[in-house]
Amino acid sequence: MPEFTLWDIVHNLLLAARWTVLLSILAFVLGSIVGLALLLVRTAGNRWAVRFVRGYVELFQGTPLLMQLFIVFFGLPLLGLDVSPWIAATFGLTLFTSAFLTEIWRGCVESVAKGQWEASTALGMNFTQQMLYVILPQALRIAVPPTVGFSVQVVKGTAVTSIIGFVELTKAGTMITNATYAPFTVYGCVAVLYFLICYPLSLYARHLEGKFRHVTR
Amino acid sequence: MSLVELHAIHKSFGALQVLKGIDLKIDEGQVIALIGKSGSGKSTLLRTINGLETIDDGTIMVAGKKVGDHDTDLLQLRLNVGMVFQQFNLFPHYTALENVMLSPQVVKKQSKGEARKIAEEMLAKVGLSDKMMHYPDQLSGGQQQRVAIARALAMKPRVLLCDEVTSALDPELVNEVLAVVRQLAEEGMTLVMVTHEMRFAREVCDSLVFMHQGRIHESGNPEHVFASPKTPELASFVGGLAG
Amino acid sequence: MAYQFDFGAILPHWKLLLDGVVLTTELAAIGAVAGVGLGILGAWARTARTPVISQLVGVYVELIRNTPFLVQLFFIFFGLPALGIKLSEFQAAALAMVVNLGAYSTEIVRAGIQAIPAGQIEAAQSLAMNRVQIFRYIIIRPALKKIWPALSSQVVIVMLGSSVCSQIAAEELTFAANYIQGMNFRAFEVYFVTTGLYLVMSILLRQILKVFGNFLFERRNHA
Repeated sequence: MPEFTLWDIVHNLLLAARWTVLLSILAFVLGSIVGLALLLVRTAGNRWAVRFVRGYVELFQGTPLLMQLFIVFFGLPLLGLDVSPWIAATFGLTLFTSAFLTEIWRGCVESVAKGQWEASTALGMNFTQQMLYVILPQALRIAVPPTVGFSVQVVKGTAVTSIIGFVELTKAGTMITNATYAPFTVYGCVAVLYFLICYPLSLYARHLEGKFRHVTR
Repeated sequence: MSLVELHAIHKSFGALQVLKGIDLKIDEGQVIALIGKSGSGKSTLLRTINGLETIDDGTIMVAGKKVGDHDTDLLQLRLNVGMVFQQFNLFPHYTALENVMLSPQVVKKQSKGEARKIAEEMLAKVGLSDKMMHYPDQLSGGQQQRVAIARALAMKPRVLLCDEVTSALDPELVNEVLAVVRQLAEEGMTLVMVTHEMRFAREVCDSLVFMHQGRIHESGNPEHVFASPKTPELASFVGGLAG
Repeated sequence: MAYQFDFGAILPHWKLLLDGVVLTTELAAIGAVAGVGLGILGAWARTARTPVISQLVGVYVELIRNTPFLVQLFFIFFGLPALGIKLSEFQAAALAMVVNLGAYSTEIVRAGIQAIPAGQIEAAQSLAMNRVQIFRYIIIRPALKKIWPALSSQVVIVMLGSSVCSQIAAEELTFAANYIQGMNFRAFEVYFVTTGLYLVMSILLRQILKVFGNFLFERRNHA
């Protein structure tokens, strides 16, 4: 049996961590697009649109991410789609991310004063113009810190995809543990790597929060 | 020996020197008002007397004991020195009665019955027997401040510090609070107050202390101080008030 | 040929799902009570004057908040035996939830404490209260009241997060679901129903926390 040095462990984990990063970015970008679409539907739409988005958010915030992944992983094939863990993970995390982001952003849009809507209506702007020139630019500034903060949740969420067989950092940790019988070291290293990805994001979010608070006061 | 003795008190906030050597003696039963422009250091001085502000240099003696900054010293000090604040600072999650009962119970370890008896007595003294079960946000500012006075009195302090106790009140509520303070003065309570109510200070106090730029600029009997100020600063302060 | 759904295939196994619901509830209850308790202690320590303790708690909070719960769980269950700490599946799951919620609630409770006006503390100091008395009588209740909604959300998140405890074979709801689908090969139906159960549980938990909060911060006067 081959001897594993600490470097072997870290090296292999680093290789797997690339997939964690890639999946995080993908889920975050796609989730943002879906989340923005949901936000627009909700803000512009009728009562049913509002209800639909509210139900969507409630569903994804009220159930475990693991269940969402299972349903995607086992559900999509029933529709005749051939899904690899890779696709199921991306799809599931995108839905998950979009639900949280749309809810975060809704709060930001709602925190833009009502007077801004009224003023822009009075200037004869339509909904798209109002959103584009008046509401979103203001909401965006408020939205950046919590959005960056949520990106940490997305990175941590990718760990759950290991359970449906996607080989990322956590799954690699399990595989290496099975080969080395050194769970303390391996999972310790896995934790450190996640920390190295997440902590800078957390710090940045906090920094933005502080900066924003300075601007408004 | 005086009840409170301040000697050579110095205090800075960063580079800003707020107190530049204060000497002050307060006798048992004396009623003293600290007056002066904002920024003259009067509130800071008041807050050093019960250790809410630490001092950089000098000594504070209360009831014959030197005040250190050790925790147990401070607790001992605060048993003797009560304080009423500009913003009332009632505890929002307790009723008026509970606000007054709390400290006798938890600090002095009095029984609930004892604490309640004292609290009811104090609330009656400030004329709020009918508001005992109200929460602070159900009371007017004047009523809240009277509860705050009752709360301080329930600890049976030997001296009561009043930090601009009417400054946060609507004008029509000022008198009900001043009436309570006046009554305390008449009963012989030792009072040190920072106030902008000059007429009240003149009527009630034994002594006025005029502070200017971190020093005691002039002090003495209120009639004298107001009638014939010795320094131009006090003259201008008094004159400014009249005008 | 189109897939034929067969939700009836789950019915014979309802007892297993119920057992899973019970165990998930137990985990959530332990996690919530001990985790929030730990959070209150942590927040108290964060305000302590000894910088070492405050910094240690800070490190704990950041470590937990910036690593996945699943990895924390694996570390506790598979890693700690290397230090001679052997835990059962249930113990490891419960410990992981407590440690995880403890970190989040430390931050949440701390925010609540920081929102208490300085005048409240000065007033209590002036009444000769010591630090412990001030925390217990003056600070903690208004602070908890302020952050109760955020704390409740976090408890729900941790309850839902417990579904990954199936991975160390803690026999909670997801474990039951995995077990059933291994017997009847009706994965989609089983997970669909299980998801519904989680949804109901999270809605109920939210309501329970709301009612409990109302009870905790209720005013008992007749004014």
